[in-house]
Amino acid sequence: MKTAVKSEQITYREAMREAIREALHRDDRVFLMGEDVGRYGGCFAVSLGLLEEFGPERIRDTPLSESAFVGAGIGAALAGMRPIVEIMTVNFSLLALDQILNNAATILHMSGGQFNVPLVIRMTTGAGRQLAAQHSHSLEGWYAHIPGLRIVAPATLDDARGMLWTAIEDPDPVLIFEHGTLYNMPGELSGPGPVDIDHAAIRRPGSDVTLVTYGGMLHKTLAAAGQLAETGVDAEVVDLRTLRPLDDKAIMESVRRTHRAVVVDEAWRSGGISAEVSARITEQAFFDLDAPVGRVCGAEVPTPYAKHLEEAAIPQPADIVAAVRRAVDGDA
Amino acid sequence: MTEKRGTRGSRGAGGRRGAAPTAEPKALAAKALAERRVGLLREMLRIRRFEERCVELYSAAKIRGFMHLYIGEEAVAVGVMRALTQDDNVVTTYREHGHALARGMPAESIMAEMYGRVTGCSKGRGGSMHLFDAGLRFYGGNAIVGGGLPLAVGLALADRMRGEERVTACFFGDGAVAEGEFHECVNLAALWGLPILFACENNRYAMGTALERAHAETDLALRASSYGLVSWAVDGMDVLAVEKAAARAAEAVRWGGGPHFLELRTYRYRAHSMYDPDRYRDKAEIERWKEHDPIDALSGRLRGEGHLTDDDLAAIEKEIAEEIDRAVEAADAGDLEPVADLTRFVYSPRPSAKPAARRS
Repeated sequence: MKTAVKSEQITYREAMREAIREALHRDDRVFLMGEDVGRYGGCFAVSLGLLEEFGPERIRDTPLSESAFVGAGIGAALAGMRPIVEIMTVNFSLLALDQILNNAATILHMSGGQFNVPLVIRMTTGAGRQLAAQHSHSLEGWYAHIPGLRIVAPATLDDARGMLWTAIEDPDPVLIFEHGTLYNMPGELSGPGPVDIDHAAIRRPGSDVTLVTYGGMLHKTLAAAGQLAETGVDAEVVDLRTLRPLDDKAIMESVRRTHRAVVVDEAWRSGGISAEVSARITEQAFFDLDAPVGRVCGAEVPTPYAKHLEEAAIPQPADIVAAVRRAVDGDA
Repeated sequence: MTEKRGTRGSRGAGGRRGAAPTAEPKALAAKALAERRVGLLREMLRIRRFEERCVELYSAAKIRGFMHLYIGEEAVAVGVMRALTQDDNVVTTYREHGHALARGMPAESIMAEMYGRVTGCSKGRGGSMHLFDAGLRFYGGNAIVGGGLPLAVGLALADRMRGEERVTACFFGDGAVAEGEFHECVNLAALWGLPILFACENNRYAMGTALERAHAETDLALRASSYGLVSWAVDGMDVLAVEKAAARAAEAVRWGGGPHFLELRTYRYRAHSMYDPDRYRDKAEIERWKEHDPIDALSGRLRGEGHLTDDDLAAIEKEIAEEIDRAVEAADAGDLEPVADLTRFVYSPRPSAKPAARRS
């Protein structure tokens, strides 16, 4: 994976586009389908230029019929194709939830193993762009509730570039959640190759507290960890990468080293993935803990439009720092 | 029926120089036609007798869960399946025993599934509503009304992209026409010119809600045609009419004519499911429809034409009863999936993944 390529600046959006382009070149069963993926170039410009390169059969604009085109992706996958279906935002994916849950996640089991669904669904998630209450939510935790699906959330350029091919090779449906604030994030790729979608990654090693997060929150959590370091708290940051199946082993290994855990999740607290992670730490590493598991989550409110309200509704580095202080200072 | 030269069943030999066909090929063709029709009768009877046995087994608590009977609607499945080849795709609903049998699924495999046995077509994971058979390209009984339509669109899209000359037949009911998914899918199929035969089984009731209580415009073929696909209504109680319409539609679909829609007007005699007390319709209405019973109609016609005797019918009934007996015996004797294998088929085997990473 670590090939000696000349590093150059690339954005998350471009990394994702390169991943799609590579998949289209590597496998003629792959095609991209969704609203405005072709002539418009993708709602967030991820697929810009692909129509010109691959043509309208493989870069397929659809009507605003989420249930039909997501279900068509499932049908094409059943027939042996490797579709990539793009849904503009996670909120719109609810119009296709029936197909995702009742068909994509279910057919393998319901058919006694006769039919698998090698489908990839990509969608934008998250707040931070003043898009208000119908374009900003983080519902990936809902999807992570569903057996039969694999849920991934690339937070880095390498994952944006590398997760897609692995997802396409997976025999079962994989949902990729791309946080909307990441598309413009610049940086350098450490390598062009596919990456695993099984394991969490330690993005910052530390010894005092484990911060468990994923997706758009990774960068705020790293910022918080930087601030904490200035005050003498050495935080370890675990990027879940995959929300289903959760990498319990990586989480527990970290918690057993640091003895404290704070889960950072942009989604609502009640019944969310943060609750799941917290429960697992309690189940599996309770006697290693020196403090209760902390959580920093989105406020329980439909995401508001006004900038100051939206910022208050989602976790900020200061909130994370405060939660860590509670975990660290709570014991003596 | 007037015999048309060159239609299916004609041997095509002789009589080339403008002369009338000789008596012998004509008689052979008539015989082949009659045999085919006896075959249609046999298939309809097989479905009806199978389901009548299912009712008994349900009462005996051998079969549980929701079970939806097709009795009265047999002409639709039998007529449409005749128009398909073994290479075509079938997507269907939760009222699919008839489709599965007519497609060629063994009665044993279906019965074992309803018994919840590992020997069932879906290894006991699906039950009555979720019969699957990969070998027959039978993509399932789907128990979400309208839920199979997008799958059909995707199967047909894959065929179109790969240049396959395959038809995807998609069965659904009048209830599905009220779902948004129906409208999304019919539009998409017409927009992309996909090879789908939409077979709408209009049995006049969406569970307990009558057609006219759910649809402002009850002419479903007319509504489908508004999406720009060829559509027409067919007497779904007449298997010959269904066979003819389906053959015409399937051939048009196969050779690039785009999606076609058949509104097959039919009726279920039994309640929606075994839980349904059937309080929403007049018993006299059911009796009126039974006067047009597809099995009685074809059997009467074949007798009248001298192609079916009481002995023939008795022999057919005997064969069917024996097949069903064998299916019940096999289901009774079938093994149960070990509970240790409960979570099998939630994910496919991934040889590259470590087993520990599979759990969540």
